[in-house]
Amino acid sequence: MNADKTFTILDKEQLIPGQTSKLVVSAPQIALKAKPGNFVILRIAEKGERIPLTIADTDPEAGTITMVYLVMGKSTAMLDELDKGDEILDLCGPLGKPTHISTEAGTVVCVGGGTGVAAMHHIAKGHHRAGNKVVAVIGARSKDLLLFERELGQFCDKVLIATNDGSAGVQGFVTGVLQDYLENESDIGEVVAVGPVPMMAAVAETTRPFEVKTTVSLNSIMLDGIGMCGACRVTVAGDTRFACVDGPEFDGHEVDFTELSNRLAAFKTMEQAAHDHYCKCKCDD
Amino acid sequence: MTEPIKKKKKPLAPRVPMPNQPPAERVKNFEEVALGYTYELAVNEARRCLQCKKPLCVKGCPVEVPIPQFIAHLAEGNVGLAYETIKTTNSLPAICGRVCPQENQCEGACILNKKDQPIAIGRLERFAADQYVHIDACDLLTGRRDCVPVDPSKRVACIGSGPSSLTVAGYLSSRGVKVTVFEALHEVGGVLVYGIPEFRLPKDRIVAKEISALGLQEVEFVTNSVGGKTFSIQDLFDRGYQAVFIGVGAGLPKFLNIPGENQNGVYTSNEYLTRVNLGRAYDFPNYDTPVIRAKNVTVYGGGNVAMDAARTALRLGAESVRVVYRRTVADMPARREEIEHAEEEGVIMETLAAPLAFSGDDRFNLTSVKLQRMELGEPDASGRRSPVPVEGATYELDTDLAIIAVGTRANPLLISNEPELKLNDWGYVQVDEKTGETSIPNVFAGGDIVTGAATVILAMGAGRRASKCIAKRLGCEREGD
Ligand SMILES: Cc1cc2nc3c(=O)[nH]c(=O)nc-3n(C[C@H](O)[C@H](O)[C@H](O)COP(=O)(O)OP(=O)(O)OC[C@H]3O[C@@H](n4cnc5c(N)ncnc54)[C@H](O)[C@@H]3O)c2cc1C
Ligand SMILES: Cc1cc2nc3c(=O)[nH]c(=O)nc-3n(C[C@H](O)[C@H](O)[C@H](O)COP(=O)(O)OP(=O)(O)OC[C@H]3O[C@@H](n4cnc5c(N)ncnc54)[C@H](O)[C@@H]3O)c2cc1C
Ligand code: SF4
Ligand code: FES
Repeated sequence: MNADKTFTILDKEQLIPGQTSKLVVSAPQIALKAKPGNFVILRIAEKGERIPLTIADTDPEAGTITMVYLVMGKSTAMLDELDKGDEILDLCGPLGKPTHISTEAGTVVCVGGGTGVAAMHHIAKGHHRAGNKVVAVIGARSKDLLLFERELGQFCDKVLIATNDGSAGVQGFVTGVLQDYLENESDIGEVVAVGPVPMMAAVAETTRPFEVKTTVSLNSIMLDGIGMCGACRVTVAGDTRFACVDGPEFDGHEVDFTELSNRLAAFKTMEQAAHDHYCKCKCDD
Repeated sequence: MTEPIKKKKKPLAPRVPMPNQPPAERVKNFEEVALGYTYELAVNEARRCLQCKKPLCVKGCPVEVPIPQFIAHLAEGNVGLAYETIKTTNSLPAICGRVCPQENQCEGACILNKKDQPIAIGRLERFAADQYVHIDACDLLTGRRDCVPVDPSKRVACIGSGPSSLTVAGYLSSRGVKVTVFEALHEVGGVLVYGIPEFRLPKDRIVAKEISALGLQEVEFVTNSVGGKTFSIQDLFDRGYQAVFIGVGAGLPKFLNIPGENQNGVYTSNEYLTRVNLGRAYDFPNYDTPVIRAKNVTVYGGGNVAMDAARTALRLGAESVRVVYRRTVADMPARREEIEHAEEEGVIMETLAAPLAFSGDDRFNLTSVKLQRMELGEPDASGRRSPVPVEGATYELDTDLAIIAVGTRANPLLISNEPELKLNDWGYVQVDEKTGETSIPNVFAGGDIVTGAATVILAMGAGRRASKCIAKRLGCEREGD
């Protein structure tokens, strides 16, 4: 089988300059198999680390996948240096269990925060294609930082917006908007949340009293992404689960979010060192 | 009749010791610990072999290397012939010479092991292979300048690139089959690359060389490609592969299931070794993959994996490294040589102890472990004395890095996506013992995904068995196979 051997960047768009970009990459094999909820693991340089990114969209016919990333540390900064025509060294996927999409979910409320909106977008699209009514709730600090508003508008029944400064939609957090919606609407079959850990935890707490099924997509630290190392382990309903092969989506009401945030901080100092080292090397060039 | 009596009288020379890097030096680097025999040492050791008429050593070897024959060539100083002889049944001799548990296999069976020290078969294998790793494999395998021409209509796919798949690739390509090896990670070699550390098995100098010899036989390697995800088994048949070999290893790590295990500073051996070996974390921040460098390291388990993790931690600058094991050193499943090397380097064997709980600071970082003193009880049905807790005897050790090396379970990645594949009671792939064929026709499996965590040579033996059957089906087995 001609598995993909080169992964060329066909298009790059800066969604939020210097912070968030969108890449369209040639990866026919992955595009063919990828479903909402899947992610890839990529490596940018010979000395680079393996980092996971969600598949935000696919075009199986064109043989492409789309990824949206937030520049966090060294690896994503290096990714951001690449441009149209450049190649990604390694791209492995689609990984993770696809989103469970029932055709009779009723209304699915998809909540997205920050870069998570991109991942949420693919999930929302999957629910829409299955015939479910989809309501999107997206949030950001201000209007300029909102992602995928237009894309979501194309198939969502409603796109509700919350910004911290009130420059678009309601002023406040996505959880406020969600709370309102939960109080006023009754046909909600499922809530999906993708975003920063504190946001997902807050969404799970918001829906808990309403007893609405709540799915979260966990961004735990990963290494191999194929279930061999255990780096991505999370506690769900008291059991140890691997986000890369058992997830990344889990029942938000059962996830130990405190542990997850603590585990995400494991390499803080080292990542800072890597980033400083990288900046220094770039200056030395 | 006078001959053999004479031989018996001649006292046997002692086994030629292996030159090693001195312990104080080697804990400061990742260079290979065992330096290898010189030509002289090898010939001397080879001359100790009795050349038994009924060689027991061969029976002890899972791939049946013609041991007395290759040793005879070495004793005569003909290293090339020795290498060719080994290569007739073993396509990765430089690797096997380094990591096989010879004491339980060929050397364990060697007639001399009864009364004296056995022939150092592994070291001799390693010596012969090391002299030739740089040479085109086809030359030596076929006696011809060129490889057997590959017939593109005969195609076989291997999933996973560990020793079992590499053996299949070597065997079938030398019979003209076009083999493609699909690997999920970005480097090929399986545990040989991401598990076993550099100081025991050099990646560039040895593993990559033996693998590139396969490349010369037109084996195609496709990385970043996950069976069950990037492609299914059916996809492979649809693309024209006539047989599939599954060699995906047994990845999913086991845990201790004790409190505090998910704190930062508690790694599985797979995570630790993969960060260091595959990610080259020993060279952080020059390489980007980070790993915790700790002061007081504790490792849980008693096998090769535990020794590798412990010795890696020493090399990354730990002040104290303890291997915590429920039984005694004599009961440890690791190779003797690895235990001895670890002890020489300063690893402390914290035996007759079992972990009860990990504690940490308010920032979720591991700080200590609570241990339970154990003692050996009555022998159980298997004759093994099982460890039992000594009541009230618990104690605490400082530890800022804990590495869990207590085994693995079957990795669900491929098998959970292939419902047709029958599994055995332990969750591993079920195969026909003689051929390695699975419940899906023309799909074979071998190595750790069939046996559970085992050894390189057993994985290779399984690859060889499956290859023979596949070659027969494709009509390309050679005489005598
Ligand atoms: C399943 C999954 C899907 C993801 N999808 C996206 C996405 O679509 N867009 C996006 O911007 N980000 C996504 N992430 C997070 C992304 O992987 C991290 O931002 C990235 O690894 C940071 O790397 P860095 O070197 O730039 O930063 P670093 O300096 O290495 O790390 C900064 C922070 O990122 C997190 N992080 C570091 N390494 C990893 C790792 N290997 N895996 C996960 N988190 C890590 C940690 O919280 C860390 O403190 C996803 C993570 C997971 C697990
Ligand atoms: C640290 C350590 C030390 C060891 N020391 C020794 C020793 O001294 N002597 C000894 O004899 N044995 C040793 N072993 C055991 C030995 O390495 C294994 O038994 C042997 O490697 C198993 O070979 P395998 O062919 O089954 O596959 P593996 O070597 O396990 O390789 C499997 C490969 O398949 C890939 N893979 C997994 N899933 C998929 C998928 N779905 N699609 C594509 N690829 C996939 C994996 O990434 C991996 O590269 C050690 C093991 C470890 C972990
Ligand atoms: S059993 Fe020992 S002595 Fe006899 S042939 Fe084999 S290696 Fe030589
Ligand atoms: S990332 Fe290694 S097991 Fe999930």
